[in-house]
Parts: sequence; C-alpha cells; structure tokens
Amino acid sequence: MSAELFRLSAHETTARIRSGDTNAREVTESYLAHIESVEPKVDAYLDVWREPARARAEAIDAAIAAGQNPGPLAGVPVAIKDNLCTREGRTTCASKMLENFESPYDATVVEKLDAAGAVLLGKLNLDEFAMGSTNENSAVKVTRNPWDSDRVPGGSSGGAAACLAANEAAFTLGSDTGGSIRLPASFCGCLGMKPTYGRVSRYGLVAFASSLDQIGPFTKDAEDLALILAAIAGKDPRDATSADLPVPDYSSTMRDGVSGSRIGLPKEYFTDALDGEVGKQVDAALQALKGEGAELVEISLPHTEYAIAVYYIICTAEASSNLARFDGVRYGYRHPDAASVEDLYRLSKSEGFGLEVQRRILLGTYVLSSGYYDAYYLKAQKARGLLRRDFDEAFTRCDVIATPTSPTTAYKFGEKMDDPLQMYLGDIFTTSANLAGIPGLSMPCGLASNGMPVGLQLLGKPFDEAALIRTAYAYEKSGAPTLGPAPLG
Amino acid sequence: MEYEPVIGLEVHVEINSRSKVFCACLNNFHSPPNSNVCPVCLGMPGVLPVLNVAMVDASMAVGLALNCTISRWSKMDRKHYFYPDLAKSYQISQYDLPLCHDGYLDIEVDGASKRVGITRAHMEEDTARNTHTIGGGISGVDFNRCGVPLLEIVTEPDIFSADEAFAYLTALKQILEYLNVSDCNMEEGSLRAEPNISVRPKGSTTLGVKTEVKNVASFSGVRKAIEFEIKRQVKALDSGEAVVQETRGWDADRGITVSQRVKESAHDYRYFPDPDLMPVVVDDAWEERIRQSLPELPQARKRRFREDLDLSEYDAGVVGMTKDLADYFDAAVVAGAPAKQAANWITGEILATLAERKSDITACKMKPEALASMIGLIGDGTISGTIAKELLPDLIESGGDPKAIVEERGLVQISDSAELEELAQAIIRDHPGPAQEFRDGNKKAIGFLVGQAMKATKGKGNPKLINQILTDALSQE
Ligand SMILES: [Zn+2]
Repeated sequence: MSAELFRLSAHETTARIRSGDTNAREVTESYLAHIESVEPKVDAYLDVWREPARARAEAIDAAIAAGQNPGPLAGVPVAIKDNLCTREGRTTCASKMLENFESPYDATVVEKLDAAGAVLLGKLNLDEFAMGSTNENSAVKVTRNPWDSDRVPGGSSGGAAACLAANEAAFTLGSDTGGSIRLPASFCGCLGMKPTYGRVSRYGLVAFASSLDQIGPFTKDAEDLALILAAIAGKDPRDATSADLPVPDYSSTMRDGVSGSRIGLPKEYFTDALDGEVGKQVDAALQALKGEGAELVEISLPHTEYAIAVYYIICTAEASSNLARFDGVRYGYRHPDAASVEDLYRLSKSEGFGLEVQRRILLGTYVLSSGYYDAYYLKAQKARGLLRRDFDEAFTRCDVIATPTSPTTAYKFGEKMDDPLQMYLGDIFTTSANLAGIPGLSMPCGLASNGMPVGLQLLGKPFDEAALIRTAYAYEKSGAPTLGPAPLG
Repeated sequence: MEYEPVIGLEVHVEINSRSKVFCACLNNFHSPPNSNVCPVCLGMPGVLPVLNVAMVDASMAVGLALNCTISRWSKMDRKHYFYPDLAKSYQISQYDLPLCHDGYLDIEVDGASKRVGITRAHMEEDTARNTHTIGGGISGVDFNRCGVPLLEIVTEPDIFSADEAFAYLTALKQILEYLNVSDCNMEEGSLRAEPNISVRPKGSTTLGVKTEVKNVASFSGVRKAIEFEIKRQVKALDSGEAVVQETRGWDADRGITVSQRVKESAHDYRYFPDPDLMPVVVDDAWEERIRQSLPELPQARKRRFREDLDLSEYDAGVVGMTKDLADYFDAAVVAGAPAKQAANWITGEILATLAERKSDITACKMKPEALASMIGLIGDGTISGTIAKELLPDLIESGGDPKAIVEERGLVQISDSAELEELAQAIIRDHPGPAQEFRDGNKKAIGFLVGQAMKATKGKGNPKLINQILTDALSQE
C-alpha cells in the first residue's frame, strides 16, 4: 500500500485496482486524506462527498471481488465542476442563485462516469455560471493556483484544473464555452480537452451558451484523455445536438505517432502580443514534435481578429436566454420581500446573480433586442461562419493546428478584475475553437521563468479528437521535460 | 360612412400526441395538477429539449390538409418573456421559418364558396396554466400543460364577416377531427381561436387599426365577439375617435370586449434560433409519407357522397359531419345497404336516438353491417319499417344481429292474405267513417285504416299488402 496513491494517473489507478495491488477504498482514502491536507491552501472543492465516495468505492471493490467488471474507470476518483447536475449534494454553479439547489437528476456524463465505475469525490469551484477566466467570479470562494497561491487558477473551470494539479482527484470534468477548460489547464499545468461540439452530451450541464458549451476532462496525461473521453463521449437521445457518430478507441490510435503529421501554425496567433516566455516554451514543444516526425507548416486563419467580439456577442445572447429561467418561481434564490411578480423577478435576479453574470445578461439582452439583432447577433453569426470556413480551409493544409493556449501565464489575483475587456482578451486563442465547434486541448509544455506552467493548444478537425490525443501522447513520449508536481500538490 | 370589417384568425391547436413536444411526459388534460412533469418541461437547470417527431408528423398533416407548402428547412426559435406559467422564461416556437406556409381553406357561406388564405402554421409548446382559485392570496401553476405540443394556424386577413369566421372555424375543426390530431375541445383549451378585427371605409384598400380578442371559449362566442368589435370600432370611428391597437378580452357574460392592455406594446420577444434544437429538415419522402397517410378530407368526402352516392346536399352534409359518422355510413354501404336508405336511417332515427342519450356514433353498438342487414330485412319484406324503428333503440344500445333478433322475438311480418283479409273486414266495420270517406273519393283516408291494421298486428302486418287488401275491399263494395 502506497501513501502516494493520489499521485497516480487514472489508467494507472484502475490497472492497480484490477490487479489487486490496491483497491478502490484505499485509493479513495488516499485522496480524501490528501484533500484534507492541501484543500485549505487550494480551495478547489465546493463540496467533498466523503461518505458517498467511500460507499461507492466499497461497492466497486465488492463488484470486483464478485468477478464483475465495474467498467473502464473502476475505482478511479473523479471530481466534477459544479455546473454539472448531480442527485448527490447540491448543484450551485457557484452562485447565490443556486446555493441550495438540489438537482432531481444526474447529468448524462455523471451517469456515464457511474457506469464506467468511477468514484465521485465531490463538486468543484468555478466562476459563477462558468462566466469568467480566473475563478474570481465565484460567489462562494477563491480557488488558488497550486503552482503559486498568489495566482489565479484560470477559469471558468478553475476548481477542476486546480483540483487536478493539486492531485485532489485522479481526473476532473469541466466545461468549456470559450476556453474554460483549456485556459485553466494551461495555467495549472495539466491536460484539458474541449471535445468537438456534439461529441459529449450536454444534458445536465447548466447551460451558459448552448451553441458553444462542451464538457471535457482534465487529466494528468494523454493516455487518461483517451480513456476518459471514450467513457463520456457518444450520442445521447436526450441531447438533440449530440452527434450520432461512433466513438473511436482513442487508447489504441494514441500510439500511432505523429510521423508525417502536418502541424499548422497560424501566423495570426504568433504575434508580438505573445509573452516571450510563453513563445519560447511553445517553440520548444513544437521542435520536440518535429523531432517525432511531424511537419510544421505555416497557415492562416484570417478572421481571427473578430473571434473575441463574435464570441462575446453570441455567448452573452445565449446566456441572457439560458439564465432567464432563474426567476425565483420554481427553485433557486427567491427574494423574501417581493410584493409583486415583477418585484420577484427583479429582486431575485439582482441579488441572486453576481455582477459579471448580470453584465453578460444585460449585454446579451441588448444584442437580441429588436433594432439591434441584425447589427449584432446576426452579424456575429455571419462572422462565425467565416471563422468556421477559416478552419475548413486550414485543415486542407494540416492535420492539427498548434498555438499557445494563452498569451500569458496565470495572472495574479485582482490583476484583471477591474477591466473586463482586458480579461476577455485572455480568451483570444481559445474562443475560435468553440465558435467553429472543433476540438481543442491544452497540454503543459514547460515552465516560464516565473515558475508558472505554459500551455500548448492543439486544435483538430471536427470529431478528430484522436489526432489531438495522438499528438499529445507523442509529445509526452518525446523526452521533453515534464513539469513535475505543483508545489501545493 | 359605410365600413367593412377585415378579420384574421389565429387558432392554437393542442396536438393529441401521446407525449409532450420536448420531453417524454404524458400529454393528458385530465391528470391531477403537476403529475405530468419532469425536469425538462419544468425548465430545470441543465435540461435540453428533444423534438417529438409525432408533432412534426401531425403538423405536416394539418399543413397538407390546408394546402400549405411544407418547408424543406425550418427551425425552432426562442420567444422570451417573463411569466410564472413559462418555465424557461422563453417559449420554443417558430418565428420566421414556419413548418407550413402559404395554404388555403375553402369554406361555404350562404351557399357560396370562399377561399381563406392560410399564412402559416407553426409548431410551438404550450405554457403551464395559472390558477388563482386556491385561496389565501396564493396562485398556483399547473405544469401539466407546459410543453404540450401546440400548432398555431394563422389566416390572411381574408375574412369579412362574423359568419365567415364561424364557417372557417367550423371547417377547420372538421379537418382537425378528420385528421385526428387534436381533441378540439374549446372548453378544455385544446382549441383556442383568437380573431383580430379591423374596420375600414368600404372600398378602401388599406387596413384599419386592428384589435385582437382573447378568452373566447366557443365558436359562437367568436362570432359574437367579432360582431361586437365591428360595432364598437365603427361607433368609435363615427364619433371621431381612433381605434387603439390592443388586445381585448371577451366577457361572455356581458357580451362585450374589454381592454386588456398590460404593457403589451413594450413586449420585445428577442426571438433567436434555439441552439438546443437541430433544424427541422423535411425531405420529399417524408412529406409524401404524410400525404399518403391523409384520410379522405371532409370536402372531398361530401362531394363523393353527393356525386357518386347521389345523396342530397343536406344528407351528404350531415353524414359527412364527422369522420366517425362518415366512416359508419361508408361501411354500411359497403355491407350492401342502399346509400340513400342508409343515409335516411343515420340522419333520422339513429342520430335522434343517440342525441337523446347525449351520445354519438362512436357509442353506437349497432355495427354498420347490422344497419345494412336491417335495411335488407325491410327490403325483402321480412319486417316492416315500423318494426325496424322499434328494434333500433335496442340495437343501438346492445348490438346484435337484426335477423336473429327478429326471428327470436317473432317479429316476422304477417303476409298471409287470408288472415289480413279477415282483419281488413273488421277494420272497415269498426271504422265506418273513414271507410266512407275513402269511398267518397278521399283516397288519403286509407292511411288511417292501414294504421289501425298495423296497430292491430302490433306492427307485424305487411303495410303494403294491407293497403292493397283494404283498397280492394273498399272498391269492390
Ligand atoms: Zn416533461
């Protein structure tokens, strides 16, 4: 029995449980003890399900003892972003609006994790309703970056990234609307993937921007990405936008190597705006991939400069609609002093939602208003079509696109909070993938001189997550230096 | 000044699919409050709608029956407003690209045919139902209705009188019933008609300012509301006032419309395409499948009854009124009943008997084949029409084979001339007055004597034969 079970990857964990080297209960206890010790410094969890996790682990062990196969993630501890609905505990979206909300159903991904034998450890912090890039918009608490507790973990899935980087779960699930998985993965030095829109069911993900949202995993290595994506992907009859396509066996295609693979470098992403330290690490990673046989080709994504504007029009429009249901009538925060129905709406929303959420609802309401719809929403949709076409065009010349995930490493707390526009620019490299619906991942590629991780973003053709995982795996096997554990991990 | 009214109609039809339009909950009006609900129709966080294909099928059937073009590509949109009966604070509807558009319905008013243009028919979801009858200052919301499939059918402003509006609604309801896509129950709200009305100087080609009338619970209510609105608007214009564009509620008790303006003009629904739903793409094969599944529609059927089966305008109208009745009639004809006689029995005795029991043809236990058999028994002289009329209530109530019943109850007609001749002599003897009238040339007097003879045989006498024997007896004297 090892005291360091919590350092294992998901695939190592389940392999050791299956071999009888350890069991699910021991693994779970190892994580719970580690959570106990580091959580006060990280604050990634909104709720830790200690007893349910123990009971679940014992059930997995019993199933294995009875000769059953509890699934590909048997006994692997996982924690999930608190905008995924669970019958267990609460589903708060880190908002006062839902601070006491108990979901009557499990999200499809939660059912899939259960079916795969994973052990749920609890729910993770986020920017309120997934709106933010630093986790500072959580109405509950501030999650810290395990590499430097003065710095943000990124957002909006900051809890999920920090939790994994601090080894408080073997893998985590987050959601990505404009970079909310990839940015914090980059800031916290872990792998994070946003699958193709439609690859993973959104049923049970509290919607922020329905045409952009995707659920995806944070993992310790590429092999885990392969394992977990296969477990959560696939057509869901409850999500009309989920794709009815077969899910490949990523774990086997992962080993095919990148020899002959063309990696496109969009010239619009490698500009002066890029932090020199970040550029240096990204270059080194690209050279490592070249060493593995990949070909680096320059490409162009000419409409990149419009991505941020288009993104903030579409995501706020959809958010204003999706969040309209929180009216204090059926569930959620209900202002006690409302004297009329109008009062109930106004007071419940004004006090239930934080400032960033209110800002986005107002922006979205504005761009959908009669007289402005054509100038903003419709025009944004047209530009979105152009961005999509950029990628179609680019992917005729390359198999995978590589860029930095973020122009900088993790910010210090408070650094960007006063200027929403500066904050929004942090999403500059990530939003295009959501607008185009293509898959993307961020993988760690070294530390900057400030000691903070740098992320390399890989973007792929629609439903070609396999190419991204293969590339990430090849990088890991290339002998490039690994990050090692985070100081708080 | 002389004015003419211009009327358009919006009809909301609840489609009677088994489940709701975006979730698997039962679509049933009669369930206890909030029993047919799930996270999806309650608009819980994280849920997603999935379009019920049965709704598309039914909507397309209505669209085709109304001669509409079916869009090859349409989409679902979100319509936003805040109200406690709207779970998501938006209603999923179709905004600029409806499933069905540019159709028409031909109606008949005072014997003349008229074409009413159908602008569009689009799919949407119904809202929940607010109730304010709980007491204690509390209002309740019943979400059973939230997410019930709703088809909104909008006409062109082609209707120029309350009678035309009534005829349109009647014809539309008949089609919906023929298609069996809705319960069409206005009291339960499964059919809701909202007229919009304006008046303009006669001969003018521009439209006047219109009002929309809601809360009308019957077709005759729609007629009355339109008549009221026309008078009200004309009076306003005549006295130099302007008609205000607004929604007005129909007060059936007082027979008037009342302004319902509650910040109506401030509504900006902020429509945009629902990103949770895929576009509705209909190919030729799908449309053709629905077209093939359409039943013979009321107008075509009525025409066939008149032209092929030689029914009168009236009989064809009555027999074709509902699909069930027309099916019954058709089946009786197929079973060998002469069409005219079958129609006579249905429009006469059968519907009268059912009406007395506040019931309809679906409750009639007498099979169409039994009706044909009964008509056959009259035709071959086995029973008289009188006996048939006596048998009918039992047949309608309990069913059975008329021939077997006739034999079992000994109702076979008396056609024995010797027996009837003896009876004729007795009748003439007992009723010398009418007998003398006949002899004096009033040939109609024979009817009374035949009636007496039928009474004496308890209806079993063959009336034709009795008539003959009586006539012979009185003439020979
Ligand atoms: Zn439901």
